[in-house]
Amino acid sequence: MLDRKDIVEEIKVIVFRLKDEEYGVEVNQVKSIERLEHITRVPRTPNFVKGVINLRGVVTPIVDLRRRFGIEETAYNETTRVIIVAVGEIEVGLIVDSANDVIDIPINAIEPPPEVVGGIEAVYLRGVAKLDRRLLILLNLDKVLNTEELKQLENIEA
Amino acid sequence: MEMNQYLDMFIEESKEHIQAINDNLLVLENDPANVDLINEIFRSAHTLKGMAATMGFEDMAALTHEMENVLDQARNHKLVINTDIMDVIFKCVDLLETMLYSIAGGGDGKEDVSHIVSALKAILRGEIPTAHQGGQALSGSGDEAAAAIAEVPQNAKAYQLDEYELTVIEQSIQSGYKAYWVKTSVKDDCVLKAARAYMVYDSLEGLGEIIKTTPSVEELEEEKFEKSFEIVLISKESSTKVETAVMNVSEIESVEVEEIHPAAHRVASMNQLEENPAETAAAALAKQTEAKKEKEEKAAPQAQVAKKNTAGKTIRVDIERLDVLMNLFSELVIDRGRLEQLARESGQSALMETVEHMSRISGDLQNIILTMRMVPVEQVFNRFPRMVRDLAKDLNKKINLEIIGAETELDRTVIDEIGDPLVHLLRNSIDHGIESAEERLAAGKPEEGLVQLKAYHSGNHVFIEVRDDGKGINREKVLKKAIERGIITEQAASALSNKQIDELLFASGLSTADKISDVSGRGVGLDVVKTKIESLGGACSVDSTPGAGTTFLIQLPLTLSIISAMLVQVEDEKFAVPLSSIIETAVFSPDEIMHAHQQDVIDFRGRIVPLVSLKSIFSIPDSEKQKESDISVVIVRKGDKMAGLVVDSFIGQQEIVLKSLGKYLVNVFAISGATILGDGQVALIIDCNALIK
Repeated sequence: MLDRKDIVEEIKVIVFRLKDEEYGVEVNQVKSIERLEHITRVPRTPNFVKGVINLRGVVTPIVDLRRRFGIEETAYNETTRVIIVAVGEIEVGLIVDSANDVIDIPINAIEPPPEVVGGIEAVYLRGVAKLDRRLLILLNLDKVLNTEELKQLENIEA
Repeated sequence: MEMNQYLDMFIEESKEHIQAINDNLLVLENDPANVDLINEIFRSAHTLKGMAATMGFEDMAALTHEMENVLDQARNHKLVINTDIMDVIFKCVDLLETMLYSIAGGGDGKEDVSHIVSALKAILRGEIPTAHQGGQALSGSGDEAAAAIAEVPQNAKAYQLDEYELTVIEQSIQSGYKAYWVKTSVKDDCVLKAARAYMVYDSLEGLGEIIKTTPSVEELEEEKFEKSFEIVLISKESSTKVETAVMNVSEIESVEVEEIHPAAHRVASMNQLEENPAETAAAALAKQTEAKKEKEEKAAPQAQVAKKNTAGKTIRVDIERLDVLMNLFSELVIDRGRLEQLARESGQSALMETVEHMSRISGDLQNIILTMRMVPVEQVFNRFPRMVRDLAKDLNKKINLEIIGAETELDRTVIDEIGDPLVHLLRNSIDHGIESAEERLAAGKPEEGLVQLKAYHSGNHVFIEVRDDGKGINREKVLKKAIERGIITEQAASALSNKQIDELLFASGLSTADKISDVSGRGVGLDVVKTKIESLGGACSVDSTPGAGTTFLIQLPLTLSIISAMLVQVEDEKFAVPLSSIIETAVFSPDEIMHAHQQDVIDFRGRIVPLVSLKSIFSIPDSEKQKESDISVVIVRKGDKMAGLVVDSFIGQQEIVLKSLGKYLVNVFAISGATILGDGQVALIIDCNALIK
């Protein structure tokens, strides 16, 4: 017999790495994962906006997630990836150290985020998932890619 | 249901006819005796009636029918057009337009036409006094009606056999032939009616000799029949064989075959003649018009054939398909750039030649695609004369609207959007700009005010000017209102230049009319205009001389997708500068650079032009590149202001496809968009307007 407890809702996430931590974004927000190619710098934008790339004919802005969250930067290398995500009408590429896994997380394994995880403020997080010995930080992309905040930052820089 | 596919066509064509009637009526108003014009209007009305009836819009058909009757009287000199009649006809056209919009908006096009129909009928009865005696017109048409009955004996079938044809049939029957009347109806959803008619004609001709068709062969070929047509055939075959021959053609709904007995036919038509006078006079009158119409139709095809040859053949294409075509072509332009670069790098002459050839062809293709989307502004302008006429009447002003450059072409997407802003500006000029006749005379101006609507090309832009010779902007009043409404502070107001005060008109919530009229002056006019034009990538400005008039100037981009640009390089970065804002490129030696007010300037043809360093403004990082000591400058302009953009080198001119930076990066300073270069990299497009202060 099937026990009700055994049926657990799950979400599928793409796992990527920034410095020592593992992060996850929901797979239905991810359009593709690309290798890093030539980025055209866009002047007078916040410093975490690396510029734009030509993604199969579509000009797509690129955000360096390390810079976005104020994590120390390293040089890009062979494992560096760009995760193209879509939130509403916004399409943005996120630069991450590496993207290496797709996993299912049971909803009940997700806990609300503590104040700060790996240097990232709780507002940008959806929660933290504990799986066996792994700790997965789930991003809240709506907040990470908030254009209102972007505008404020632009005003400060100008 | 089957009509749906024709509905769009019906709406488009009806719009054209209503427009034509409107245009001609306006001319007719100044030249009421011009029979050619009345004929033109009559023809448009007639076509409109036919189309409306076919599509089942009965109110529309009924209205055009009455209108046609009045016009018919007019062109036969039974009625002299005067202002009262003009007004009724104008109202009639307005009502038709309302119905058409209702149909276009998915409605049934039903309107209460009884009022206007009775007004038209009254004109026909001569009740509205005309220059001619009304009674005379009526009695005249009565006589005509009797004559018309003699001309068109009514028969159960539409076909008429004249003496000659009857003789032919009689002789054929004597030689053992049979004469058939064949009525063929095509299916409602038949697409190529003319082709089906031809096939029927062809197969019948194989059986014998065709002596008559109704409508005529020419009309059949031009598809000038609604559902059925009739053929008189002389043949030795049986009627069943004739029937099968016709039914073998596809998309035929039904066929009636009947043997003709000439003797009986003669008697029948005689009887009919005797019965007819008993009919009411009203019906006779209607018939008379009908007869006239038939005559008209006979004359019309010749005129139309001649017209067709000069107008050329056109095809209607859904604008969405053109958009798709344009998008696909944009992709091709990017690949073309890439291919050109790869060919150059490979150094193979055969490949380079092919690519060059392909580039030339795709260049031509691009021109064609762009021009295909271009439509003359006439489309928007041609509804203004009517609007201005009505407005002038309402406001009791005399206004002469002058339209210049209606042939100027603009991208279809832009055309669709500029109608409303222009209406606003025209209304504004007529309501606020032009003074009343008394005021004008007192100011020593001609009684009739002039409103000029002018369109012209300049570079990659189209300019539209709305100018009036009215009283100009009352700056004191504008300032007062602006302060009152809290748009500016009193302090700021005192520092404004005249030009800046004029520009306040575009601020939202400002209306200077003392009394609010329903024409304009609800304070929601000019700011809406500005927003709309700017959303199209254009700009608008105003210029005014007190006492002499006001000019509104609108600048619009020619197209919205592919532009010519100059590619420039600064350190490692490439930028595109739209050719439309470039005056020229020049190279200066370092000692030509001067300083004024802590600003580098150059002397460019006697003008002091400030230099803008792209490197510092865009904080472009250094590269190890060796630079020349000479300074390359792109001279750009915004209105009559200029600036020199300092770059490292010019790469060359190129057609680029405009792409947006997406929804994430909005309002980036001095960048209007991006494009993809031949090497697949993205280059940013510089917005020169932001760099010139």
